[in-house]
Amino acid sequence: MLALIFLLTGTFATAQEITVAAAADMSAALPELVAAYTKKTGHAVKLSFGASGNLTNQIRNGAPFDLFFSADEEYPQQLIAEGLASKETLYRYAVGRLVLWVPSDSPLDLSKLGMNALLDPSVKKISIANPATAPYGRAAAAALRHFGIYDEVSSRLVVGENVSQAAQFVESGNVQAGLIALSHALAPAMKEKGRYWTVPLDAYPTLNQAAVVLAKSKQQDAARKFLEFLRDPEATALLTQYGFSLSAEKHSSGERVK
Amino acid sequence: MNWEAFWLTVRLAGIVSTLLIAIGIPIAYWLTYSRWRWKFLIEAAVALPIVLPPTVLGFYVLVALGSRSPLGRWWESITGHTLAFTFEGLAIGSLVYSLPFAVQPFAASFGAVDAALLRASASLGHSPVQTFRRIVLPLSKAGLVTGFALSFAHTLGEFGVVLMVGGNIPGVTRTISIDIYDQVQTANYSSANQTALLLLLISFLVLSMVYGVNRHPWVVVPWR
Repeated sequence: MLALIFLLTGTFATAQEITVAAAADMSAALPELVAAYTKKTGHAVKLSFGASGNLTNQIRNGAPFDLFFSADEEYPQQLIAEGLASKETLYRYAVGRLVLWVPSDSPLDLSKLGMNALLDPSVKKISIANPATAPYGRAAAAALRHFGIYDEVSSRLVVGENVSQAAQFVESGNVQAGLIALSHALAPAMKEKGRYWTVPLDAYPTLNQAAVVLAKSKQQDAARKFLEFLRDPEATALLTQYGFSLSAEKHSSGERVK
Repeated sequence: MNWEAFWLTVRLAGIVSTLLIAIGIPIAYWLTYSRWRWKFLIEAAVALPIVLPPTVLGFYVLVALGSRSPLGRWWESITGHTLAFTFEGLAIGSLVYSLPFAVQPFAASFGAVDAALLRASASLGHSPVQTFRRIVLPLSKAGLVTGFALSFAHTLGEFGVVLMVGGNIPGVTRTISIDIYDQVQTANYSSANQTALLLLLISFLVLSMVYGVNRHPWVVVPWR
């Protein structure tokens, strides 16, 4: 009976456990970071993914998160202004990159066409994240406007709830092209299934990836410790592997990486 | 208040519940009168969407009927597009999703018709189909209205399937429940409030109608 109660209440043994709300573009990289962190320190980290705007709204409404990873510095800044996050912990850990992704069997030559590949008649639907709540959705809309093709393709846009869903729509073959996060294109689940073209950085507002400790967290020290781990060479190496780096020019304009 | 999403949802629910009358009546007829020993398996299959998470349905529409599956390719070769992210896709998903809400009230009311009436009709030379049309259907009016109204209301409130396979396209797949979700996620509470209230009122009206047609007349007119 006692054992059952312990099973049901679960987390009593790991007092140091923290819960992280993270932008959907971290859905592949963050579990690996956490695995490395847990192996090193023994501390557990629970993850909850979503569009940064959705998570911000959940935090405003009292969601019990300790740490917030946003795909856009704007949202953490808002939370800081509202007294919901501590300013001195704000850490900009990378610049997020938007890519145009097509499945392997696509006939489109992305290196030659770039963004104009979306005008090809074989592209019937294009997935993007929801611009209202997802930074990558806003970046995608901005990039389409930058290349002057937004009006032409707007009727073919399919909107994912967050950038992971936008990636899943194109990965599953239900749409022919997607404007998604580089981190998804580099993730094992998608790496072998398609090709991508990195959208040049001047085509959309910079996606500063920023993490911040939340003011209501009862695990301030544990949350800061995990944030500290992001600066660890082991962590930065992992992040770089998923295309998250601070040197924005690493993937230069229009380069076709694969 | 997003009226485009509202009318789109009403159109979806109207089409789905009308189609379910056409599809549901034969299924309910068979479920009522068949004596097949394995009938309970079909009954379980029809009831499945009541307990199945909508995400399971969404997953199948996306993957099993997606462009990588034979069924999806067949659909694409006929219509020129995949089922996901289209109004038809939502309609097909909703047909499955709301099926038991039509079939079960239909079957219950068919089964409640006095067997003596059916025997009398047969002895007067009516075929089973004539008996069904002239005796069973008119006596099952309350069940038919209930099935129509419940599948309409159920489709109106559909969320999981639409979130997974809708793609949130204004005027095509952005239904009222998705609109509320978007409004809440962007902290636009006053708009969400209006829409939610409207949906609450409609759902209450529909259910009042269901209970209204099913009430026992002597409760209202006790001396009869």
